[in-house]
Amino acid sequence: MPAVAKSLDNSSTQATPKGAAKGHGSAAFMTPNQELEAFREMLLIRRFEEKAGQLYGMGLIGGFCHLYIGQEAVVIGMKMASEDGDQMITAYRDHGHMLACGMDPKHVMAELTGRRSGYSKGKGGSMHMFSTEKQFYGGHGIVGAQVPLGTGIAFANRYRENGRVCQTYFGDGAANQGQVYESFNMAQLWKLPVVFVIENNKYAMGTSVERSHAHRDLSKRGLSFNIPGEQVDGMDVRAVKAAGEKAIEYARSGEGPFILEMLTYRYRGHSMSDPAKYRTKDEVEKMRTTHDPIEMVRARLLEQKSADEAAIKKIENEVKTIVNEAAEFASHEPEPDPSELWTDITR
Amino acid sequence: MPVEVLMPALSPTMEKGNLAKWVKVEGDAVKAGDVIAEIETDKATMEVEAVDEGTLGKILVPEGTQDVAVNTPIAIILAEGEKAGDAVSKKADVAAKAPAKPAREQDAPAPAETPAAPVSVSTPAPAEVAADPDVPEGTEMVTMTVREALRDAMAEEMRRDEAVFVMGEEVAEYQGAYKITQGLLQEFGARRVVDTPITEHGFTGLGVGAAFAGLKPVVEFMTFNFSMQAIDQIVNSAAKTLYMSGGQVTSQIVFRGPNGPAARVAAQHSQDYTAWYSHVPGLKVIAPYTAADAKGLLKAAIRDPNPVVFLENEILYGKSFPVPKLDDWVLPIGKARIARAGSHVTFVSWSIGMTYALAAADELAKDGIEVEVIDLRTIRPIDIETVLESVKKTNRVVVVEEGWPQNGVGADISARIMEQGFDWLDAPVTRVSGKDVPMPYAANLEKLALPSVAEVVEAAKAVLYRG
Repeated sequence: MPAVAKSLDNSSTQATPKGAAKGHGSAAFMTPNQELEAFREMLLIRRFEEKAGQLYGMGLIGGFCHLYIGQEAVVIGMKMASEDGDQMITAYRDHGHMLACGMDPKHVMAELTGRRSGYSKGKGGSMHMFSTEKQFYGGHGIVGAQVPLGTGIAFANRYRENGRVCQTYFGDGAANQGQVYESFNMAQLWKLPVVFVIENNKYAMGTSVERSHAHRDLSKRGLSFNIPGEQVDGMDVRAVKAAGEKAIEYARSGEGPFILEMLTYRYRGHSMSDPAKYRTKDEVEKMRTTHDPIEMVRARLLEQKSADEAAIKKIENEVKTIVNEAAEFASHEPEPDPSELWTDITR
Repeated sequence: MPVEVLMPALSPTMEKGNLAKWVKVEGDAVKAGDVIAEIETDKATMEVEAVDEGTLGKILVPEGTQDVAVNTPIAIILAEGEKAGDAVSKKADVAAKAPAKPAREQDAPAPAETPAAPVSVSTPAPAEVAADPDVPEGTEMVTMTVREALRDAMAEEMRRDEAVFVMGEEVAEYQGAYKITQGLLQEFGARRVVDTPITEHGFTGLGVGAAFAGLKPVVEFMTFNFSMQAIDQIVNSAAKTLYMSGGQVTSQIVFRGPNGPAARVAAQHSQDYTAWYSHVPGLKVIAPYTAADAKGLLKAAIRDPNPVVFLENEILYGKSFPVPKLDDWVLPIGKARIARAGSHVTFVSWSIGMTYALAAADELAKDGIEVEVIDLRTIRPIDIETVLESVKKTNRVVVVEEGWPQNGVGADISARIMEQGFDWLDAPVTRVSGKDVPMPYAANLEKLALPSVAEVVEAAKAVLYRG
């Protein structure tokens, strides 16, 4: 059995006794409408990312482009667990987070193509987009740097006593950065309302968790700070949502930070230029066929007769239209005016 | 032989202190390690221990005495059988043979020994012309230290705006490692005066995140040397996010603390970051010299919607200057001040560099050389116009800085003058900077590593083609 599938199974058995959502337990329950919503939102990310990959191949998107394909259940489950006004911050694999926050796919795609109507006027690109309106705080390119930043947003929440929780995402690679632990310490010391979401997709660029982490259970990385943590099947949107609700509630109630290690998987390379030779095709294929976050929901919807093929097809067509329109928009918008070079440096 | 107890230097920059209390009285037996007195420095109250065994023979400086210079004999300890009148041994006291005075004091006596005197006040005619145009006429001036001015600036802004808070190591309960935040905890409470763990990278990033979310943090670095732990968050997160977000996300945050060489603290604690931070678009960089500028510009920095690196100087903290007594003294960022008007040569400096520049100007005045001294105050954005205006008048420039020469602020100013004022120059722009070496510890070497008044005088004479 491939290592990845194995550790996913491990996660299930570890998470369940602690009460985390898994399998068909009541905590992980989703109504048919919620499943449909999750399906739609995850599919939007999947199709958006596939289109971004295409546009990259056509030379319309440049630079670094890190696709979220395979990890969709993490951000959608977490988003479904959060309340309006809660903030989100992540690293550079960020397109999915922006769509989950409700940012307009047209303007996200236009940023990817470096056009004036992109969220950052074409000056940020794939790795740097923000929406203060949607409480999305980026989009950060330095591995781990978003962790103290997210902790600071949570600090502001506590300062203002506004009841908000900041979801701070980082990968298994960032989990080895020192500033993550500086943040853990302060977050717990000051009981800040932050949920640290570790998206463990098994590979920090090309280096597997096995080759880079002294201890592989990243949910325990907060242990010496007395921060509770759980491993979650990050391919199961129901499990993510249930675990997210619990962690967010914990943070919102003033208990302090909570760590969720989402065991997930990216199908594509680290970035567009990564041939991913550090893992077998079989490993990827196995995840796609047995653990795909979207296909699992689709199968459940049909099996439970929550939706028929026609209803699913309708969603698929709607999503396709949104993505095609976004690509069309992003391909034809004008580039930024040269004068934009000199704006937004200082205010 | 009786042993003199000397007024100790209790910090790298201490020059004098108050004798707060005698714990022992004349005639008491003392042994090494016994606390005999309490000394107040500008930062703290410290205990003085006896280093010899004997009897406290005579108290030379009564308790309550203010401003006792370092190395002044304060008491005499008698060995068995000795009397207070016996000849005194100085050999026994380590302090007596050590070069206790900071190198820079020997180096630049004029500014260091006239603490309350910026040149515009202490020297007559030529300086009067250069009165700071930002002070409304008839304003009452009060004398205060740079330290007090900085604290008042923060306190005033915290009263004015609930979103302003201070964070850093030892800023709250300890009252500030250099006592800049003294009293703030008492007035504003622990919510707004936040002691952090020793975790620069983390708390700097946390501060920037809080600024993204709309708070206005004042992040104190105990010294800017430690900001290198956090420079990624200052440059990559604070300075660039406005641009990367297309103007959406602001970082209204001040990073402040002492910058540059202090005294006798060696290479890792003696570094000038002015050039480092002023290299970065998206940051503003301020480095004031006077207390009035420190106050007016720190208030401006806290209100500025951009990330501001506010570089203070430990040596200047205890220096007094007149500060305008105004309800809301705010200075414009990015505007230089002509500290002293003159027509023969222009000195450009900022922060502690001004002590060398002004002292050298005094020296040169004795030879009839009139120096125009420009205090940049803000390094980014730089007020090159004021410099160029002066070049048109004097045709000669010497830049004075404590930082290293390569890629330094002086190098940048030289390039700008060459590009924009070449036709006005009658001599090459000349730099007097810190030497291109890590800061040594030994007093004599440290003195050599720093700029000196003599070097500034020499540079001025060189650009004037005077032997």
